[in-house]
Amino acid sequence: MDFSDRFSIPPHDDPMLYASIVAIVLTSIAIVVGVTYFKKWGYLWNNWLTTVDHKRIGIMYIISALLMLFRGGADAVMMRLQTAVPDNTFLDAQHYNEVFTTHGVVMIFFMAMAFIIGMMNFVVPLQIGARDVAFPRLNALSFWLYFTGAMLLNLSFVVGGSPDAGWTNYYPMAGPEFSQHVGVNYYNWALQISGIGTLMTGINFIATIIKMRAPGMKLMKMPIFIWAALITNLMIVLAFPVLTIALLMGTLDRQFLTNFFTTSDGGMDMMWANLFWVWGHPEVYILIIPAFGIYSTIIAAFSERNLYGYTSMVASILAISALSFLVWVHHFFTMGQGALTNSIFSITTMLIAVPTGIKIFNWLLTMWKGKIRFATPMLYSIAFIPLFTIGGSTGVMLGMASADYQYHNTLFLVAHFHNVIIPGVVFAMIAGLIFYWPKMFGFMLNERIGKWAFWNITIGFCLAFFPMYFTGLNGQARRMYTYSEATGFSTLSMISFIGTLLLAVGFVFLVYNIFYSYRHAPRNIGGDPWNARTLEWATHSPVPEYNFAISPTVHSEEAFWDYKENDYELFKGKVEDIHMPNNSGWSIIFAGFFFAFGFFFIFHVWVGVIIAFLGIIGCLIYRSFEKDDGHHIHKEEIEATEKELGGAK
Amino acid sequence: MKLKGVYIAFFAIISGFLAGCELLVLDPKGPQADKLANVIWISIITMIVVTIVVLVMLTIILFKYRASKQDPDYKPPHIEGNKYVEIIIVGVPILIVAFLSVVSVISVHQVETAPEGYETDEPLVIYASSSNWKWHFSYPEQDIETVNYVFIPTNQNVEFRLYSHGTISSFWIPQLAGQKYAMSDMTNYLNIVAEEPGEYFGRNANFNGEGFAENEFNVTALPADEFDSWIEDIQNTAEPLTEEKFEELLEPGHLGHMTFTGTHQDFMPAPEGENSPHNHGKSDSEDDSGHPH
Ligand code: HEM
Ligand SMILES: [Cu+2]
Repeated sequence: MDFSDRFSIPPHDDPMLYASIVAIVLTSIAIVVGVTYFKKWGYLWNNWLTTVDHKRIGIMYIISALLMLFRGGADAVMMRLQTAVPDNTFLDAQHYNEVFTTHGVVMIFFMAMAFIIGMMNFVVPLQIGARDVAFPRLNALSFWLYFTGAMLLNLSFVVGGSPDAGWTNYYPMAGPEFSQHVGVNYYNWALQISGIGTLMTGINFIATIIKMRAPGMKLMKMPIFIWAALITNLMIVLAFPVLTIALLMGTLDRQFLTNFFTTSDGGMDMMWANLFWVWGHPEVYILIIPAFGIYSTIIAAFSERNLYGYTSMVASILAISALSFLVWVHHFFTMGQGALTNSIFSITTMLIAVPTGIKIFNWLLTMWKGKIRFATPMLYSIAFIPLFTIGGSTGVMLGMASADYQYHNTLFLVAHFHNVIIPGVVFAMIAGLIFYWPKMFGFMLNERIGKWAFWNITIGFCLAFFPMYFTGLNGQARRMYTYSEATGFSTLSMISFIGTLLLAVGFVFLVYNIFYSYRHAPRNIGGDPWNARTLEWATHSPVPEYNFAISPTVHSEEAFWDYKENDYELFKGKVEDIHMPNNSGWSIIFAGFFFAFGFFFIFHVWVGVIIAFLGIIGCLIYRSFEKDDGHHIHKEEIEATEKELGGAK
Repeated sequence: MKLKGVYIAFFAIISGFLAGCELLVLDPKGPQADKLANVIWISIITMIVVTIVVLVMLTIILFKYRASKQDPDYKPPHIEGNKYVEIIIVGVPILIVAFLSVVSVISVHQVETAPEGYETDEPLVIYASSSNWKWHFSYPEQDIETVNYVFIPTNQNVEFRLYSHGTISSFWIPQLAGQKYAMSDMTNYLNIVAEEPGEYFGRNANFNGEGFAENEFNVTALPADEFDSWIEDIQNTAEPLTEEKFEELLEPGHLGHMTFTGTHQDFMPAPEGENSPHNHGKSDSEDDSGHPH
């Protein structure tokens, strides 16, 4: 392929692509014009783009995650539309392949990861009674690197062509021999850059949780979400370097013609599959463990009970995280490694069901003797329990190595992982978002519209994915762009499409709710609108920049509840000057150089690569010599703010 | 309660489907697929029991402890946990997993070797190799080769030797056996017996690019005598497979059914034994030859 071909805009001759290019250009113009018209550039730059405040960074992660949810969701609707009827020609094979590949990549890396990292950003410092994360500037850089990766991947759709080898990107199919356009280069660089951001998040949050807890918060007095966050970030630090190296090897194969994963000269395609899943299985637990933490928090709050079996909850998170590094082979039981290896990995895989089962029973026992309120966050948590039990059960079925020879690569597998990821991760993030919305923005989301969204999403989910268990058992392989009438998949596929539409409607309700509540919901809701139990509810809604005027002192994992119910004195001491980090445009500029670096690398434009690399080095040098001692918020200022918000908290 | 109704409806639908449908995987025509179908049924039933227990507990708790039913002054107690409860919630999952592990380990050993009753037979060897997006079947003993379809004798152990001329694919005949990968740098072995004559659907299950959806093949199982006469027919009528012709067949694309005399094993052998790319001399060639029959 010659140079200009690689660069082609759009990569195929297709009206849909032209339409999306026009849409992208128009939206960008609209945003620029809008911001200019309302004179918001200063506000945007000072309060958001340069912020180092963990709450704002968290919110930016969550907004990006929602945008990516819609991008990935549009892909999903297109896929299910294409397969709704047999022999459909809405998408051709190449398009379908690009669509499911971007769907997977966007949903895992840019939606789910961003959502959990956003949630941890917002909640962790508040819940441990800290003022920010350990390294606020690094945190901003993490976000901007993630954002850079997300933008690069989305750009591939219109410049050069999207990756089309599946989110698992197996070699040799993804190698230079079988995939000649730049799609997989985008995959490599988008994930590499955002992966660096994720790794830095991991280090940052471990340091935050280890070093910055409120006085008195011993490890076994940390709220359960903090435990979940700690373990998750440890897993990130252990797992992500494997992905980094695997992506680098892939890049070398594709762009410098080395032979790590090729079919000739000693290359080994099986190596990629191993490396990918050595990272990939822990990754799915990196997603689900924070979700477990959110559910534990919400279920306890809306049952008005303490979490049942706190110690066993902590132990089971630890067990799950350890086991999750010992099961990767279950993603390719069919590779031919023999009965003994498969037996061992089959057992380790199914063992994960034990700590998971403990958690399910503990949630049930938390509701037992409680006083259960059916607010929307709780509805999602309740629906999660049976749906996740089904997803976990089918996981155990897949974990039986012999039977997996029949499920592997079929829609049964697709049903399984959506059955754990949607009710597991996505429901948790929606529930968490609704739960923390008042803390973020100072007003509540409408419950009635919220329930409409909930029922559409839940029923839509079941209709969309349960049929796949059956078509899978009936021999339908995953990733097929079409099938014939004779296969008998059509009725169930149509049901699945209808379910997908319901899901989409549910998400529209979710967004509509934000607009509706922004206009109609009452403000002045107080610090604790849900009658919740942990520290973040002890400060104002929305939270002032410094989080707590006086750092709380803690003696149990539910210090705020004890403060409300048992006259525990939470805020000992008096208001003093607070030292806070300064905003900085450095992170976004640094990430900008990374964007250029990645983009030029994808297209082999070496001059650009070198210039961008010099920019990166320049930023590092600048940062090394920069003097930034932060600033102080003075006592008088804090007292004035607190007075305005209603009392020292 | 709305929830309960929804759940009951689900389970009615699921069990209705499972009982009523003839799903390929649960309609086995040979001992290997039969074994797998049994394992699948055992796990489905176990997991349905687990799910029902969770559902029943959840429903009862939601009914009994919902706020609208309680005294507004009711203050839920603080409960730390209880040793006996914890023993149960750890013990029961362990027992279930132990049971399923035993089933899993036994069955995986069974399907990785020749099926019971066929252990002593000399297997019929067929090389099945994939290229984008076709299957090539070489019969080394009979010295013939077919494309995208394969004939096998019934009640005879057939050893498929799987590999690929490029991308990773997964050889799958749902009614006869589970999947196994075909890869370029290693040969895999899959034992299959068909106990009923008939036509079976086979395909590559592992995504391998643009032509993946149509990457299917046909399996026909015939009684031994008919199989022999089919072989003889082909030996008498088909064109020989030359190296140039085979190179042409490897080009990416789709081909219909084709038949040749001679096999490509003569000039392009499978990656096994001394032809394995990861074979670095005599000493470690044992890993490659020590495959199960
Ligand atoms: C009891 C717990 C679980 C067990 C025993 C289990 C088991 C498995 C097995 C054996 C596979 C591979 C199947 C195959 O490729 O043939 C698989 C795939 C998968 N699982 Fe799970 N799983 C469990 C929970 C989860 C959770 C909690 C998540 C995510 C939050 C998850 C996400 C996935 C994903 C994304 C895949 C498919 C990846 C792909 O091939 O694209 N699983 N699971
Ligand atoms: Cu896994």
